Amino acid sequence: MSRRRTDYPLAETQPAHVRGPRGLSLEDITLERVLDGSVTMEDLRITPDALVAQGEIARDAGRPTLARNFARAAELVNVPQDVIMQVYELLRPGRARSRQQLLEAARMFREQYGATRIAAFIEEAADTYEERGLFTFRF
Amino acid sequence: MSVNRWKRYADWDERPLRLDKFAAEDPANGFSAFASPADPKPGIGIAGGRVVSLDGVLERDFDMIDRFIARHHIDIDVAPEAMAMDSRQVARMLVDMNVPREELVRLAHGMTPAKLAECVSHLNALEIAFAYSKMRARKTPGNQAHVTNAKDDPLQLAADAATAVAFGFDEIETTMRVSRNAWSNALACAVGAAVGRWGTLFQCSSEEAEELRIGMAGFTSYAETVSVYGTEKSFTDGDDTPWSKAFLAAAYASRGIKMRCTSGAGSELLMGFHEAKSLLYLEARCLCLQRGMGVQGTQNGGIDGAPVTATVPGGFRELMAENLIAVWLDLECASGNDARATESEIRVGAKIMPYLVAGSDLICSGFGSILKYDNSFNPSLLNGEELEDYLVLQRDFEADGGLTPLPEEKAMDLRRRALDALSAVFQELGLADPTEAMKQSVAAASGSDDTQSFMPRDVAFISEAIKERGITLIDVIKALARRGFTEEAENLLHLLKLRLSGDYLQTSAMIRNGRIVSAVNDPNDYLGPGSGYRVSEERRQELNAIRDVLDQKEVLRSEAMHEREEGTRIAYAAAGVARESDDPKDVVIGISPAFGLKLFQTTAGHRLSDVLRELTEAIRARGLLPRIVRFRHTADTSFLGLSAARLAGSGVGIGIQAKGTAVIHQRDRLPHNNLELFSNAPITRLLHYRGLGANAAAYALGEMPEPVVVPQRGEAMGSRYHARTAMIYAIETALTEEGAAPEAVTVTFTGGRS
Repeated sequence: MSRRRTDYPLAETQPAHVRGPRGLSLEDITLERVLDGSVTMEDLRITPDALVAQGEIARDAGRPTLARNFARAAELVNVPQDVIMQVYELLRPGRARSRQQLLEAARMFREQYGATRIAAFIEEAADTYEERGLFTFRF
Repeated sequence: MSVNRWKRYADWDERPLRLDKFAAEDPANGFSAFASPADPKPGIGIAGGRVVSLDGVLERDFDMIDRFIARHHIDIDVAPEAMAMDSRQVARMLVDMNVPREELVRLAHGMTPAKLAECVSHLNALEIAFAYSKMRARKTPGNQAHVTNAKDDPLQLAADAATAVAFGFDEIETTMRVSRNAWSNALACAVGAAVGRWGTLFQCSSEEAEELRIGMAGFTSYAETVSVYGTEKSFTDGDDTPWSKAFLAAAYASRGIKMRCTSGAGSELLMGFHEAKSLLYLEARCLCLQRGMGVQGTQNGGIDGAPVTATVPGGFRELMAENLIAVWLDLECASGNDARATESEIRVGAKIMPYLVAGSDLICSGFGSILKYDNSFNPSLLNGEELEDYLVLQRDFEADGGLTPLPEEKAMDLRRRALDALSAVFQELGLADPTEAMKQSVAAASGSDDTQSFMPRDVAFISEAIKERGITLIDVIKALARRGFTEEAENLLHLLKLRLSGDYLQTSAMIRNGRIVSAVNDPNDYLGPGSGYRVSEERRQELNAIRDVLDQKEVLRSEAMHEREEGTRIAYAAAGVARESDDPKDVVIGISPAFGLKLFQTTAGHRLSDVLRELTEAIRARGLLPRIVRFRHTADTSFLGLSAARLAGSGVGIGIQAKGTAVIHQRDRLPHNNLELFSNAPITRLLHYRGLGANAAAYALGEMPEPVVVPQRGEAMGSRYHARTAMIYAIETALTEEGAAPEAVTVTFTGGRS
């Protein structure tokens, strides 16, 4: 069932359902467990589920564009940082030398990470960049 | 006449205002706040379920910004209705308290940049402020601080972060003098901001990729330096596109880090690609773009472009107008009031006022909590120097500017605690070993000029080590806990746990008292008086608690201190009812009810014994006889003087209140038509009282002396003394008694001269 704005904030209304990538809930994450090493930064990363839930809340609160950003973000959660930074770099003006380079990045997101929204977004950029002449090298 | 200049202009030349430079309105060169001939007329074309023209530009001619707005911002279900509305009518709706915010937000989502700009252009400054107050997304106002210093000294960052948190800032932003110091700055501010309470969000403004890495290591909890621009050329010159920035926005959310974009009037002008469009129209494009990107909020209202915007006619009004468009689009707004746009303190105060009264998600997107020269972003509109002025403005207007006064002792405790905590972390992680002397110098320092601490080069080694060794906030938490800083460790862990739910990614989210407060669970519900944000009585008491507040108890305590001392210098003995005299040498000094009994010094700080001595000696010096009479039927200076004159054989009397206000009067004059008045007691010195006595004697001898003039240099006497004066006067009036007879007083000077 889709979350509504009355479910917000999730950390207060559904603390048991708020969990990290390895399944630890908010209650599980204590200073003691940080100290004994059983909680690491990995346990403090947001999950795609949480972003989907926040997207539902945003949509219910009348913020569809924010919801779409959360949906794109959900697709990026499990994408490694280096890949994200490479693709961000590729999207900057003059980095990609051709439309094809961006389309390849889009395919990689779609095929390796199931990131269909991100892929479509990059394809849209590829079309626009071609029309606006952004595939020119900037010294 | 050979004069060639009215010197008033020379006086004006010396005012800080003249350091500000002003630019002529020149739309062709981008110097136009609200309207330029190059601005398009609002318009939209929709066909086949998509936008085919936007503000007069056909789809095939769309630049990147047009296309992004058309694809991602415009709600095509609303656009036909919203674009068809008369802009004046929409402007009226913005200031109509009966039109709910949600309805206006719905319409904005169907409006083009030119339409939004046209609507707000119909509002004057007051209407913009009111509309802003009604339209901002979150109900409770907040504020953001800059915490930086000229040396990138981590000790000072920690101490200053702790004090900024205690002043109530909801967010802290740092940056560096030297970019490689980013990691050290981030760690130091994170630790400092964990002292005292948890929940202050923190960012470290640095290069895009680095900033995201620092965020992933846990040190920062939000970012706001993702800049967007209103022309395509500026955008690509800024080395980004709407798609690259939107991708970055998704990347931040995917790491559970709050983010807002930055835009603002003047940036395109400064970058040289303004297309001759008005500042407001270009910023409207930026804002539609940001909403389309799906960021929860914006930092706008000039920002780096605020100073150039302030040179243009209507510049300040434009900054308010662009903030209004931001909140109308339903974005969180960190509303500028950031880069210092003027050297004039009056312009500073005027700039901040509408925001203070209207409230804002973050009133300043960088209040300089440190001194101006320590601000690595450049000085803010308001800075450490002026922070108390701001606290007083909150109290004056009973307006919640997001800050709370901080008692001096508490500030020092927090600074020491932050310094100890950061030192412990540095030692535990083998990053550095700050000495006691370094810590002491920083604890006391108002700014980095006063510190003997780390220098930028030292910091580079610390920063590189944090980065190279992959130290995360978890390591910092462990270090704190191992060294007994359990509370700070818990506070930092709370911040990290925010990432799990993502609650603080929603629009206008901040943490108050350990709980998320955002536009979702604290929506602005303004619908007229009694609705929207109101300062609660509890909050009002907090705002009121500024330093050095005087009350009557304090006045009496101070007087009691002087009572003992005066007791050794003067004795007043009541000697029955005072009678009218017919001795022409008789000059009466009429003293007030509390004079020498409850009150012992003038507002200038002169002992009453000294004042009486000057008066009596000056009268005697002319061979006349001073006679002191206490009146209890009145405490008013004029009547004290007139009553004294009526008793005096010479027909001349002096009236004097304990606070030092005095008058020379003559028997047959009207009460307020005196001979000389000494109304500015705070600057009336003993030599003036001596002159007063001499002139009273001269009048008694039938002479026409030169009146004593107490020179004043325009001091705001009322602001300095009226609170105290009113309390003192109440002590006098409490002792008056209707019809009480004048009382002869024998005065004996028992001590030496001071």
